[in-house]
Amino acid sequence: MSDAIEVGLTIFVLATFIGFEVIRRVPGLLHTPLMSLTNSISGIALVGSLILAGAARGTLATVLGTIAVAASTINVVGGFLITDRMLRMFRRREPRPAAPSAAAADTKAEPGGAR
Amino acid sequence: MSDQAVSFAYLAAGILFILALKWLSHPLTARRGLLMGEIGMVLAVGSTLMKAEIVDFQWILIALFIGTAIGIPLGQFVPMTAMPQRIAFSHAFGALAAALVGTAEYALRRPEIDRFTMGALGFEVVLGFLTFTGSLIAFGKLQGIVRDKPVLFRGQNVLNLAVLATAVVLVVVLVVDPGLSVVFPVMIGLALLYGVSFVLRIGGADMPVVISLLNSLAGLSGAAMGLVLNNHVLILAGALDGSSGFLLSLIMSRAMNRSFGNVLFGGFGAETTAEGGAGPPRPVRSSSAEEAAMILSAARTVVIVPGFGMAAAQAQHKVRELADLLVRRGTDVKFAIHPVAGRMPGHMNVLLAEANVPYERLYDLEHINPEFPDTDVALVIGANDVVNPAARHDASSPIYGMPILDVDKANCVMVIKRSMRSGFAGIENELFYLDRTMMLFGDAKAMAGEIVDEVAKLPGAVTAVA
Repeated sequence: MSDAIEVGLTIFVLATFIGFEVIRRVPGLLHTPLMSLTNSISGIALVGSLILAGAARGTLATVLGTIAVAASTINVVGGFLITDRMLRMFRRREPRPAAPSAAAADTKAEPGGAR
Repeated sequence: MSDQAVSFAYLAAGILFILALKWLSHPLTARRGLLMGEIGMVLAVGSTLMKAEIVDFQWILIALFIGTAIGIPLGQFVPMTAMPQRIAFSHAFGALAAALVGTAEYALRRPEIDRFTMGALGFEVVLGFLTFTGSLIAFGKLQGIVRDKPVLFRGQNVLNLAVLATAVVLVVVLVVDPGLSVVFPVMIGLALLYGVSFVLRIGGADMPVVISLLNSLAGLSGAAMGLVLNNHVLILAGALDGSSGFLLSLIMSRAMNRSFGNVLFGGFGAETTAEGGAGPPRPVRSSSAEEAAMILSAARTVVIVPGFGMAAAQAQHKVRELADLLVRRGTDVKFAIHPVAGRMPGHMNVLLAEANVPYERLYDLEHINPEFPDTDVALVIGANDVVNPAARHDASSPIYGMPILDVDKANCVMVIKRSMRSGFAGIENELFYLDRTMMLFGDAKAMAGEIVDEVAKLPGAVTAVA
Protein backbone atom coordinates (compact mmCIF):
# COMPACT_ATOMS: atom_id res chain seq x y z
CA MET A 1 0.00 0.00 0.00
CA SER A 2 2.75 2.43 0.87
CA ASP A 3 4.31 1.69 -2.52
CA ALA A 4 1.15 2.87 -4.24
CA ILE A 5 1.23 6.10 -2.22
CA GLU A 6 4.84 6.79 -3.12
CA VAL A 7 4.32 6.10 -6.81
CA GLY A 8 1.14 8.19 -6.86
CA LEU A 9 2.77 11.18 -5.20
CA THR A 10 5.84 10.91 -7.42
CA ILE A 11 3.67 11.01 -10.53
CA PHE A 12 1.75 13.96 -9.14
CA VAL A 13 4.84 16.02 -8.37
CA LEU A 14 6.62 15.24 -11.63
CA ALA A 15 3.51 15.89 -13.72
CA THR A 16 3.05 19.23 -11.96
CA PHE A 17 6.58 20.26 -12.88
CA ILE A 18 6.15 19.10 -16.48
CA GLY A 19 2.89 21.02 -16.56
CA PHE A 20 4.57 24.24 -15.42
CA GLU A 21 7.41 23.89 -17.93
CA VAL A 22 5.20 23.05 -20.88
CA ILE A 23 2.48 25.56 -20.14
CA ARG A 24 4.89 28.43 -19.53
CA ARG A 25 5.57 28.31 -23.26
CA VAL A 26 1.96 28.80 -24.28
CA PRO A 27 1.57 32.39 -25.52
CA GLY A 28 -1.17 34.71 -24.26
CA LEU A 29 -2.75 34.40 -27.69
CA LEU A 30 -3.71 30.81 -26.91
CA HIS A 31 -4.65 31.12 -23.24
CA THR A 32 -8.35 30.53 -23.81
CA PRO A 33 -7.82 27.39 -25.94
CA LEU A 34 -5.31 26.25 -23.30
CA MET A 35 -7.93 26.58 -20.61
CA SER A 36 -10.57 24.74 -22.61
CA LEU A 37 -8.11 21.99 -23.59
CA THR A 38 -6.92 21.40 -20.03
CA ASN A 39 -10.54 21.44 -19.00
CA SER A 40 -11.40 18.67 -21.43
CA ILE A 41 -8.30 16.76 -20.37
CA SER A 42 -9.53 17.04 -16.78
CA GLY A 43 -12.62 15.29 -18.11
CA ILE A 44 -10.33 12.31 -17.47
CA ALA A 45 -12.39 12.17 -14.27
CA LEU A 46 -14.50 10.07 -16.64
CA VAL A 47 -12.07 7.19 -16.05
CA GLY A 48 -12.75 7.16 -12.33
CA SER A 49 -16.46 7.66 -12.90
CA LEU A 50 -16.65 4.69 -15.28
CA ILE A 51 -14.97 2.41 -12.77
CA LEU A 52 -17.48 3.52 -10.14
CA ALA A 53 -20.55 3.25 -12.36
CA GLY A 54 -19.73 -0.12 -13.88
CA ALA A 55 -18.34 -2.13 -10.99
CA ALA A 56 -21.78 -3.15 -9.62
CA ARG A 57 -20.96 -2.11 -6.07
CA GLY A 58 -24.51 -1.25 -5.02
CA THR A 59 -27.18 1.31 -5.82
CA LEU A 60 -25.44 4.36 -4.35
CA ALA A 61 -22.26 3.71 -6.33
CA THR A 62 -24.20 3.16 -9.55
CA VAL A 63 -26.32 6.30 -9.11
CA LEU A 64 -23.44 8.63 -8.21
CA GLY A 65 -21.22 6.96 -10.81
CA THR A 66 -23.81 7.44 -13.53
CA ILE A 67 -24.18 11.14 -12.75
CA ALA A 68 -20.39 11.48 -12.66
CA VAL A 69 -19.99 9.72 -16.02
CA ALA A 70 -22.58 12.03 -17.60
CA ALA A 71 -20.96 15.15 -16.10
CA SER A 72 -17.43 14.29 -17.17
CA THR A 73 -18.57 13.16 -20.63
CA ILE A 74 -20.05 16.64 -21.12
CA ASN A 75 -16.60 18.06 -20.37
CA VAL A 76 -14.73 15.69 -22.65
CA VAL A 77 -17.06 15.97 -25.64
CA GLY A 78 -17.94 19.64 -25.28
CA GLY A 79 -14.40 20.64 -24.37
CA PHE A 80 -12.68 19.05 -27.35
CA LEU A 81 -15.32 20.32 -29.77
CA ILE A 82 -15.08 23.90 -28.57
CA THR A 83 -11.29 23.89 -28.49
CA ASP A 84 -11.31 22.70 -32.07
CA ARG A 85 -13.75 25.43 -33.08
CA MET A 86 -11.57 28.03 -31.40
CA LEU A 87 -8.30 26.85 -32.89
CA ARG A 88 -9.78 26.77 -36.38
CA MET A 89 -10.46 30.50 -36.04
CA PHE A 90 -6.86 31.48 -35.43
CA ARG A 91 -5.57 32.63 -38.80
CA ARG A 92 -2.12 33.78 -39.56
CA ARG A 93 -2.74 36.11 -42.47
CA GLU A 94 -5.45 38.25 -43.93
CA PRO A 95 -7.76 36.33 -46.25
CA ARG A 96 -7.31 38.23 -49.53
CA PRO A 97 -10.09 37.32 -51.95
CA ALA A 98 -9.63 40.62 -53.88
CA ALA A 99 -6.20 39.85 -55.35
CA PRO A 100 -6.11 36.21 -56.54
CA SER A 101 -2.45 36.29 -57.57
CA ALA A 102 -1.31 37.51 -54.19
CA ALA A 103 -3.54 34.97 -52.43
CA ALA A 104 -2.06 32.14 -54.48
CA ALA A 105 1.45 33.25 -53.60
CA ASP A 106 0.39 33.37 -49.98
CA THR A 107 -0.90 29.82 -49.82
CA LYS A 108 2.18 28.58 -51.60
CA ALA A 109 4.37 30.23 -49.02
CA GLU A 110 2.34 28.83 -46.12
CA PRO A 111 3.71 25.26 -45.69
CA GLY A 112 7.33 26.33 -45.63
CA GLY A 113 6.50 29.50 -43.76
CA ALA A 114 6.62 28.00 -40.30
CA ARG A 115 8.88 30.22 -38.29
CA MET B 1 -7.68 -6.58 -21.21
CA SER B 2 -5.15 -7.36 -18.52
CA ASP B 3 -4.36 -4.79 -15.87
CA GLN B 4 -0.89 -4.46 -17.26
CA ALA B 5 -2.16 -3.66 -20.75
CA VAL B 6 -4.47 -1.05 -19.26
CA SER B 7 -1.51 0.50 -17.42
CA PHE B 8 0.45 0.77 -20.67
CA ALA B 9 -2.53 2.36 -22.40
CA TYR B 10 -2.72 4.87 -19.52
CA LEU B 11 0.97 5.62 -19.88
CA ALA B 12 0.53 6.27 -23.60
CA ALA B 13 -2.45 8.51 -22.86
CA GLY B 14 -0.37 10.47 -20.37
CA ILE B 15 2.40 11.04 -22.94
CA LEU B 16 -0.19 12.18 -25.47
CA PHE B 17 -1.65 14.68 -22.98
CA ILE B 18 1.79 16.19 -22.38
CA LEU B 19 2.41 16.41 -26.14
CA ALA B 20 -1.01 18.04 -26.54
CA LEU B 21 -0.03 20.85 -24.18
CA LYS B 22 3.45 21.13 -25.67
CA TRP B 23 2.09 21.65 -29.18
CA LEU B 24 -0.37 24.20 -27.92
CA SER B 25 2.55 26.59 -27.58
CA HIS B 26 2.21 27.75 -31.18
CA PRO B 27 -0.90 28.40 -33.28
CA LEU B 28 0.57 26.44 -36.20
CA THR B 29 0.90 23.23 -34.16
CA ALA B 30 -2.03 23.78 -31.79
CA ARG B 31 -4.52 21.67 -33.70
CA ARG B 32 -2.08 18.79 -33.85
CA GLY B 33 -1.84 19.11 -30.08
CA LEU B 34 -5.60 18.98 -29.77
CA LEU B 35 -5.65 15.79 -31.85
CA MET B 36 -3.10 14.22 -29.49
CA GLY B 37 -5.32 15.13 -26.55
CA GLU B 38 -8.30 13.51 -28.24
CA ILE B 39 -6.42 10.31 -29.04
CA GLY B 40 -5.13 10.19 -25.48
CA MET B 41 -8.64 10.52 -24.12
CA VAL B 42 -10.05 7.80 -26.40
CA LEU B 43 -7.21 5.52 -25.37
CA ALA B 44 -7.70 6.15 -21.65
CA VAL B 45 -11.48 5.76 -21.76
CA GLY B 46 -11.42 2.78 -24.14
CA SER B 47 -8.95 0.81 -22.05
CA THR B 48 -10.86 1.66 -18.86
CA LEU B 49 -13.99 0.16 -20.37
CA MET B 50 -12.06 -3.05 -20.96
CA LYS B 51 -10.98 -3.34 -17.34
CA ALA B 52 -12.11 -6.53 -15.64
CA GLU B 53 -13.74 -4.55 -12.78
CA ILE B 54 -16.35 -3.09 -15.07
CA VAL B 55 -19.14 -5.61 -15.38
CA ASP B 56 -22.29 -3.54 -15.74
CA PHE B 57 -22.53 -1.43 -18.90
CA GLN B 58 -26.18 -0.46 -18.85
CA TRP B 59 -25.86 2.75 -16.84
CA ILE B 60 -22.52 3.62 -18.34
CA LEU B 61 -24.02 3.63 -21.82
CA ILE B 62 -26.99 5.70 -20.71
CA ALA B 63 -24.72 8.23 -18.99
CA LEU B 64 -22.31 8.40 -21.93
CA PHE B 65 -25.27 9.04 -24.20
CA ILE B 66 -26.69 11.80 -21.98
CA GLY B 67 -23.27 13.42 -21.57
CA THR B 68 -22.63 13.37 -25.31
CA ALA B 69 -26.10 14.72 -26.04
CA ILE B 70 -25.45 17.70 -23.76
CA GLY B 71 -21.78 18.06 -24.66
CA ILE B 72 -22.21 18.36 -28.42
CA PRO B 73 -24.46 21.44 -28.35
CA LEU B 74 -22.31 22.97 -25.59
CA GLY B 75 -19.26 22.50 -27.78
CA GLN B 76 -20.70 23.19 -31.19
CA PHE B 77 -23.29 25.92 -30.85
CA VAL B 78 -22.31 28.18 -27.95
CA PRO B 79 -21.21 31.47 -29.57
CA MET B 80 -17.64 32.66 -29.03
CA THR B 81 -18.96 35.76 -27.28
CA ALA B 82 -20.31 33.50 -24.52
CA MET B 83 -16.96 31.79 -24.04
CA PRO B 84 -16.11 33.05 -20.53
CA GLN B 85 -19.35 31.73 -19.03
CA ARG B 86 -19.12 28.56 -21.12
CA ILE B 87 -15.66 27.81 -19.72
CA ALA B 88 -16.72 28.64 -16.16
CA PHE B 89 -19.72 26.34 -16.57
CA SER B 90 -17.62 23.42 -17.78
CA HIS B 91 -15.36 23.57 -14.72
CA ALA B 92 -18.44 22.73 -12.66
CA PHE B 93 -18.91 19.37 -14.39
CA GLY B 94 -15.44 17.91 -13.98
CA ALA B 95 -15.41 19.00 -10.35
CA LEU B 96 -18.84 17.50 -9.71
CA ALA B 97 -17.74 14.17 -11.17
CA ALA B 98 -14.67 14.06 -8.91
CA ALA B 99 -16.70 15.04 -5.85
CA LEU B 100 -19.37 12.39 -6.48
CA VAL B 101 -16.83 9.64 -7.07
CA GLY B 102 -15.11 10.62 -3.82
CA THR B 103 -18.40 10.57 -1.93
CA ALA B 104 -19.26 7.10 -3.22
CA GLU B 105 -15.79 5.78 -2.47
CA TYR B 106 -16.12 6.99 1.10
CA ALA B 107 -19.52 5.41 1.52
CA LEU B 108 -18.26 2.08 0.17
CA ARG B 109 -14.89 1.89 1.87
CA ARG B 110 -15.67 3.80 5.07
CA PRO B 111 -14.54 1.51 7.85
CA GLU B 112 -11.13 0.49 6.57
CA ILE B 113 -9.76 3.50 4.71
CA ASP B 114 -6.11 4.12 5.44
CA ARG B 115 -5.13 7.62 6.52
CA PHE B 116 -3.37 8.74 3.38
CA THR B 117 -6.26 7.68 1.15
CA MET B 118 -8.71 9.38 3.48
CA GLY B 119 -6.74 12.63 3.28
CA ALA B 120 -6.67 12.52 -0.52
CA LEU B 121 -10.36 11.64 -0.56
CA GLY B 122 -11.16 14.55 1.74
CA PHE B 123 -9.38 16.98 -0.54
CA GLU B 124 -10.99 15.46 -3.61
CA VAL B 125 -14.46 15.94 -2.16
CA VAL B 126 -13.89 19.41 -0.62
CA LEU B 127 -12.16 20.79 -3.74
CA GLY B 128 -14.68 19.12 -6.02
CA PHE B 129 -17.77 20.51 -4.29
CA LEU B 130 -16.40 24.01 -3.74
CA THR B 131 -15.28 24.19 -7.37
CA PHE B 132 -18.73 22.99 -8.41
CA THR B 133 -20.67 25.77 -6.68
CA GLY B 134 -17.92 28.34 -7.28
CA SER B 135 -18.01 27.67 -11.01
CA LEU B 136 -21.79 27.91 -11.08
CA ILE B 137 -21.64 31.32 -9.38
CA ALA B 138 -18.88 32.45 -11.77
CA PHE B 139 -21.07 31.28 -14.65
CA GLY B 140 -24.03 33.19 -13.18
CA LYS B 141 -21.98 36.37 -12.88
CA LEU B 142 -20.61 36.18 -16.41
CA GLN B 143 -24.03 35.34 -17.81
CA GLY B 144 -25.58 38.23 -15.92
CA ILE B 145 -27.82 36.07 -13.71
CA VAL B 146 -25.86 36.97 -10.57
CA ARG B 147 -24.76 40.56 -9.89
CA ASP B 148 -21.36 41.26 -11.46
CA LYS B 149 -20.21 43.60 -8.67
CA PRO B 150 -18.58 41.96 -5.68
CA VAL B 151 -20.95 41.19 -2.84
CA LEU B 152 -19.22 42.50 0.26
CA PHE B 153 -20.10 42.84 3.90
CA ARG B 154 -18.26 43.41 7.13
CA GLY B 155 -16.50 40.38 8.54
CA GLN B 156 -16.92 38.51 5.29
CA ASN B 157 -13.29 37.44 5.04
CA VAL B 158 -13.32 36.10 8.56
CA LEU B 159 -16.56 34.24 7.94
CA ASN B 160 -15.36 32.80 4.61
CA LEU B 161 -12.07 31.69 6.05
CA ALA B 162 -13.85 30.17 9.02
CA VAL B 163 -16.04 28.12 6.69
CA LEU B 164 -13.04 26.88 4.72
CA ALA B 165 -10.97 26.24 7.85
CA THR B 166 -13.79 24.21 9.40
CA ALA B 167 -14.04 22.10 6.25
CA VAL B 168 -10.30 21.44 6.38
CA VAL B 169 -10.50 20.59 10.09
CA LEU B 170 -13.25 18.09 9.31
CA VAL B 171 -10.98 16.48 6.70
CA VAL B 172 -8.35 16.14 9.42
CA VAL B 173 -10.95 14.68 11.79
CA LEU B 174 -11.83 12.08 9.16
CA VAL B 175 -8.18 11.25 8.62
CA VAL B 176 -7.85 10.59 12.34
CA ASP B 177 -11.08 8.62 12.52
CA PRO B 178 -12.42 7.59 9.08
CA GLY B 179 -15.37 5.86 10.75
CA LEU B 180 -16.89 9.15 11.92
CA SER B 181 -19.33 9.28 9.05
CA VAL B 182 -21.61 12.02 10.46
CA VAL B 183 -18.84 14.50 9.74
CA PHE B 184 -18.81 13.75 6.01
CA PRO B 185 -22.07 15.46 4.96
CA VAL B 186 -21.19 18.51 7.10
CA MET B 187 -17.88 18.74 5.28
CA ILE B 188 -19.70 18.60 1.93
CA GLY B 189 -22.11 21.31 3.04
CA LEU B 190 -19.29 23.63 4.08
CA ALA B 191 -17.44 23.06 0.80
CA LEU B 192 -20.57 23.89 -1.19
CA LEU B 193 -21.12 27.01 0.91
CA TYR B 194 -17.54 28.16 0.58
CA GLY B 195 -17.66 27.88 -3.22
CA VAL B 196 -20.63 30.26 -3.28
CA SER B 197 -19.32 32.81 -0.78
CA PHE B 198 -15.81 32.80 -2.24
CA VAL B 199 -16.86 33.67 -5.79
CA LEU B 200 -19.68 36.03 -4.78
CA ARG B 201 -17.15 38.50 -3.49
CA ILE B 202 -15.13 38.57 -6.71
CA GLY B 203 -15.87 41.39 -9.15
CA GLY B 204 -16.15 41.05 -12.93
CA ALA B 205 -12.68 42.33 -13.86
CA ASP B 206 -11.03 39.84 -11.50
CA MET B 207 -12.77 36.96 -13.25
CA PRO B 208 -9.68 35.98 -15.31
CA VAL B 209 -7.90 35.06 -12.07
CA VAL B 210 -10.86 33.21 -10.61
CA ILE B 211 -11.70 31.24 -13.75
CA SER B 212 -8.08 30.08 -13.96
CA LEU B 213 -8.09 29.19 -10.29
CA LEU B 214 -11.29 27.15 -10.63
CA ASN B 215 -9.69 25.41 -13.61
CA SER B 216 -6.76 24.53 -11.39
CA LEU B 217 -8.92 23.31 -8.49
CA ALA B 218 -10.99 21.07 -10.77
CA GLY B 219 -7.74 19.49 -11.97
CA LEU B 220 -6.37 19.05 -8.46
CA SER B 221 -9.60 17.41 -7.39
CA GLY B 222 -9.18 14.96 -10.28
CA ALA B 223 -5.57 14.29 -9.26
CA ALA B 224 -6.72 13.59 -5.70
CA MET B 225 -9.24 11.15 -7.13
CA GLY B 226 -6.36 9.45 -8.91
CA LEU B 227 -4.53 9.08 -5.59
CA VAL B 228 -7.63 7.56 -3.99
CA LEU B 229 -8.23 5.10 -6.82
CA ASN B 230 -4.50 4.55 -7.41
CA ASN B 231 -5.10 5.47 -11.04
CA HIS B 232 -2.00 6.97 -12.64
CA VAL B 233 -3.53 8.59 -15.69
CA LEU B 234 -5.96 10.45 -13.44
CA ILE B 235 -3.11 11.73 -11.28
CA LEU B 236 -1.12 12.84 -14.29
CA ALA B 237 -3.94 14.57 -16.17
CA GLY B 238 -5.23 16.18 -12.98
CA ALA B 239 -1.76 17.49 -12.13
CA LEU B 240 -1.37 18.93 -15.64
CA ASP B 241 -4.70 20.70 -15.37
CA GLY B 242 -3.92 21.86 -11.86
CA SER B 243 -0.55 23.34 -12.77
CA SER B 244 -1.92 24.94 -15.93
CA GLY B 245 -4.75 26.69 -14.13
CA PHE B 246 -2.47 27.75 -11.30
CA LEU B 247 0.11 29.19 -13.67
CA LEU B 248 -2.58 31.08 -15.57
CA SER B 249 -3.98 32.60 -12.41
CA LEU B 250 -0.47 33.68 -11.39
CA ILE B 251 0.07 35.29 -14.79
CA MET B 252 -3.26 37.07 -14.47
CA SER B 253 -2.56 38.32 -10.95
CA ARG B 254 0.85 39.54 -12.02
CA ALA B 255 -0.68 41.38 -14.97
CA MET B 256 -2.73 43.32 -12.42
CA ASN B 257 0.26 43.74 -10.10
CA ARG B 258 -1.75 42.19 -7.33
CA SER B 259 -1.02 39.28 -5.14
CA PHE B 260 -3.16 36.22 -5.30
CA GLY B 261 -4.48 36.97 -1.83
CA ASN B 262 -5.42 40.49 -2.77
CA VAL B 263 -7.59 39.28 -5.64
CA LEU B 264 -9.24 36.59 -3.54
CA PHE B 265 -9.74 38.58 -0.37
CA GLY B 266 -9.39 42.20 -1.51
CA GLY B 267 -12.84 42.96 -2.93
CA PHE B 268 -11.31 45.51 -5.28
CA GLY B 269 -13.46 48.41 -6.35
CA ALA B 270 -15.65 48.66 -3.31
CA GLU B 271 -13.16 50.50 -1.09
CA THR B 272 -11.82 52.84 -3.72
CA THR B 273 -14.97 54.25 -5.28
CA ALA B 274 -15.03 57.19 -2.87
CA GLU B 275 -11.88 58.57 -4.48
CA GLY B 276 -13.40 58.80 -7.95
CA GLY B 277 -16.25 61.14 -7.14
CA ALA B 278 -14.08 63.78 -5.49
CA GLY B 279 -13.24 67.08 -7.17
CA PRO B 280 -15.05 69.16 -9.77
CA PRO B 281 -15.65 67.61 -13.18
CA ARG B 282 -12.75 68.32 -15.51
CA PRO B 283 -13.22 69.16 -19.18
CA VAL B 284 -12.74 66.43 -21.76
CA ARG B 285 -12.61 66.76 -25.52
CA SER B 286 -15.61 65.00 -26.94
CA SER B 287 -15.48 64.35 -30.63
CA SER B 288 -17.41 62.85 -33.53
CA ALA B 289 -17.01 59.80 -35.72
CA GLU B 290 -16.37 62.13 -38.65
CA GLU B 291 -13.36 63.80 -37.06
CA ALA B 292 -12.04 60.44 -35.85
CA ALA B 293 -12.32 59.05 -39.39
CA MET B 294 -10.35 61.98 -40.79
CA ILE B 295 -7.52 61.58 -38.30
CA LEU B 296 -7.46 57.79 -38.69
CA SER B 297 -7.31 57.96 -42.46
CA ALA B 298 -4.37 60.34 -42.30
CA ALA B 299 -2.47 58.17 -39.80
CA ARG B 300 0.42 55.95 -40.85
CA THR B 301 0.34 53.76 -37.77
CA VAL B 302 -2.72 52.86 -35.71
CA VAL B 303 -2.78 50.65 -32.63
CA ILE B 304 -6.19 49.38 -31.55
CA VAL B 305 -6.58 48.56 -27.84
CA PRO B 306 -9.67 46.45 -27.16
CA GLY B 307 -11.14 45.91 -23.70
CA PHE B 308 -14.17 44.37 -22.07
CA GLY B 309 -16.31 47.14 -23.61
CA MET B 310 -15.65 45.71 -27.06
CA ALA B 311 -16.74 42.27 -25.88
CA ALA B 312 -19.83 43.62 -24.12
CA ALA B 313 -20.94 45.53 -27.21
CA GLN B 314 -19.92 42.62 -29.49
CA ALA B 315 -18.09 45.19 -31.59
CA GLN B 316 -15.30 42.88 -32.78
CA HIS B 317 -16.64 42.50 -36.33
CA LYS B 318 -17.07 46.26 -36.82
CA VAL B 319 -13.59 46.80 -35.38
CA ARG B 320 -12.14 44.29 -37.83
CA GLU B 321 -13.97 46.10 -40.67
CA LEU B 322 -12.39 49.33 -39.58
CA ALA B 323 -8.95 47.73 -39.38
CA ASP B 324 -9.37 46.19 -42.86
CA LEU B 325 -10.44 49.50 -44.30
CA LEU B 326 -7.42 51.26 -42.85
CA VAL B 327 -5.05 48.50 -43.96
CA ARG B 328 -6.38 48.82 -47.49
CA ARG B 329 -5.58 52.52 -47.36
CA GLY B 330 -2.01 51.65 -46.51
CA THR B 331 -2.15 52.21 -42.77
CA ASP B 332 -0.15 49.97 -40.47
CA VAL B 333 -2.74 48.56 -38.05
CA LYS B 334 -1.86 46.57 -34.93
CA PHE B 335 -3.87 45.30 -32.01
CA ALA B 336 -2.51 45.61 -28.48
CA ILE B 337 -3.79 42.96 -26.08
CA HIS B 338 -3.47 43.41 -22.34
CA PRO B 339 -3.28 40.06 -20.51
CA VAL B 340 -6.27 40.82 -18.31
CA ALA B 341 -8.43 42.60 -20.89
CA GLY B 342 -11.85 40.96 -20.74
CA ARG B 343 -13.17 38.31 -18.44
CA MET B 344 -10.89 35.32 -19.01
CA PRO B 345 -7.31 34.69 -20.08
CA GLY B 346 -7.02 35.27 -23.84
CA HIS B 347 -10.57 36.67 -24.12
CA MET B 348 -9.69 39.41 -26.64
CA ASN B 349 -7.62 37.04 -28.78
CA VAL B 350 -10.52 34.66 -29.20
CA LEU B 351 -12.97 37.42 -30.07
CA LEU B 352 -10.66 38.97 -32.64
CA ALA B 353 -9.85 35.56 -34.11
CA GLU B 354 -13.57 34.97 -34.45
CA ALA B 355 -13.83 38.25 -36.35
CA ASN B 356 -11.07 36.99 -38.71
CA VAL B 357 -8.31 39.26 -37.48
CA PRO B 358 -5.09 37.36 -38.25
CA TYR B 359 -3.08 36.66 -35.12
CA GLU B 360 0.04 38.20 -36.62
CA ARG B 361 -1.63 41.57 -36.03
CA LEU B 362 -2.14 40.88 -32.32
CA TYR B 363 0.64 42.06 -30.02
CA ASP B 364 1.05 41.52 -26.32
CA LEU B 365 2.03 44.14 -23.82
CA GLU B 366 5.84 43.80 -23.90
CA HIS B 367 5.97 43.85 -27.70
CA ILE B 368 3.67 46.77 -28.34
CA ASN B 369 4.64 49.19 -25.57
CA PRO B 370 7.94 50.32 -27.16
CA GLU B 371 5.99 51.21 -30.30
CA PHE B 372 3.51 53.67 -28.79
CA PRO B 373 5.81 56.74 -29.05
CA ASP B 374 5.92 56.16 -32.83
CA THR B 375 2.21 55.51 -33.11
CA ASP B 376 0.03 58.14 -34.75
CA VAL B 377 -3.27 57.01 -33.27
CA ALA B 378 -4.02 54.73 -30.35
CA LEU B 379 -7.67 53.72 -30.57
CA VAL B 380 -8.95 52.48 -27.21
CA ILE B 381 -12.20 50.53 -27.46
CA GLY B 382 -13.92 49.84 -24.16
CA ALA B 383 -10.75 49.55 -22.10
CA ASN B 384 -10.08 51.69 -19.05
CA ASP B 385 -7.93 50.55 -16.16
CA VAL B 386 -5.42 48.77 -18.42
CA VAL B 387 -4.56 52.09 -20.10
CA ASN B 388 -4.57 54.31 -17.00
CA PRO B 389 -1.20 56.13 -16.77
CA ALA B 390 -1.71 56.52 -13.01
CA ALA B 391 -0.50 52.92 -12.73
CA ARG B 392 2.96 54.17 -13.76
CA HIS B 393 3.44 57.23 -11.57
CA ASP B 394 0.73 57.67 -8.93
CA ALA B 395 1.84 55.67 -5.91
CA SER B 396 -1.46 56.41 -4.15
CA SER B 397 -3.54 54.84 -6.91
CA PRO B 398 -4.98 51.39 -6.19
CA ILE B 399 -3.68 50.18 -9.55
CA TYR B 400 -0.18 51.63 -9.05
CA GLY B 401 2.47 49.27 -10.42
CA MET B 402 0.11 47.36 -12.68
CA PRO B 403 1.66 46.93 -16.13
CA ILE B 404 -0.37 49.03 -18.57
CA LEU B 405 -0.46 49.69 -22.28
CA ASP B 406 1.27 53.05 -22.75
CA VAL B 407 -1.33 54.53 -25.09
CA ASP B 408 -0.77 57.99 -23.60
CA LYS B 409 2.58 58.07 -25.40
CA ALA B 410 0.93 57.94 -28.82
CA ASN B 411 0.57 61.17 -30.80
CA CYS B 412 -3.20 60.99 -30.63
CA VAL B 413 -5.45 58.92 -28.42
CA MET B 414 -9.06 58.09 -29.23
CA VAL B 415 -11.24 56.48 -26.60
CA ILE B 416 -14.56 54.89 -27.46
CA LYS B 417 -16.53 54.70 -24.24
CA ARG B 418 -20.17 54.72 -23.27
CA SER B 419 -19.89 57.46 -20.65
CA MET B 420 -17.41 59.06 -18.27
CA ARG B 421 -18.17 56.43 -15.65
CA SER B 422 -15.03 55.12 -14.06
CA GLY B 423 -13.71 51.65 -14.79
CA PHE B 424 -13.88 48.57 -12.68
CA ALA B 425 -11.32 49.81 -10.18
CA GLY B 426 -13.51 52.87 -9.63
CA ILE B 427 -10.72 55.35 -10.21
CA GLU B 428 -10.35 58.38 -12.47
CA ASN B 429 -8.38 57.90 -15.65
CA GLU B 430 -6.21 60.94 -16.44
CA LEU B 431 -5.80 59.62 -19.97
CA PHE B 432 -9.25 60.98 -20.80
CA TYR B 433 -8.21 64.55 -19.88
CA LEU B 434 -5.02 64.75 -21.95
CA ASP B 435 -4.88 67.41 -24.67
CA ARG B 436 -4.27 64.81 -27.34
CA THR B 437 -7.09 62.56 -26.23
CA MET B 438 -10.44 62.68 -27.97
CA MET B 439 -13.41 60.95 -26.42
CA LEU B 440 -15.93 59.22 -28.66
CA PHE B 441 -18.98 58.63 -26.51
CA GLY B 442 -21.25 55.81 -27.55
CA ASP B 443 -21.75 52.10 -27.83
CA ALA B 444 -18.54 50.52 -29.13
CA LYS B 445 -20.25 48.68 -31.96
CA ALA B 446 -22.32 51.67 -33.12
CA MET B 447 -19.36 54.04 -32.90
CA ALA B 448 -17.01 51.70 -34.75
CA GLY B 449 -19.69 51.30 -37.42
CA GLU B 450 -20.03 55.09 -37.78
CA ILE B 451 -16.27 55.50 -38.12
CA VAL B 452 -16.21 52.76 -40.77
CA ASP B 453 -18.90 54.61 -42.76
CA GLU B 454 -17.07 57.90 -42.45
CA VAL B 455 -13.71 56.45 -43.49
CA ALA B 456 -15.34 54.74 -46.47
CA LYS B 457 -16.74 58.10 -47.61
CA LEU B 458 -13.33 59.72 -47.69
CA PRO B 459 -11.56 59.93 -51.04
CA GLY B 460 -8.45 57.96 -51.84
CA ALA B 461 -9.66 54.72 -50.30
CA VAL B 462 -8.34 52.57 -53.17
CA THR B 463 -5.01 54.19 -53.88
CA ALA B 464 -3.04 52.04 -51.49
CA VAL B 465 -4.05 48.72 -53.08
CA ALA B 466 -2.71 49.69 -56.52
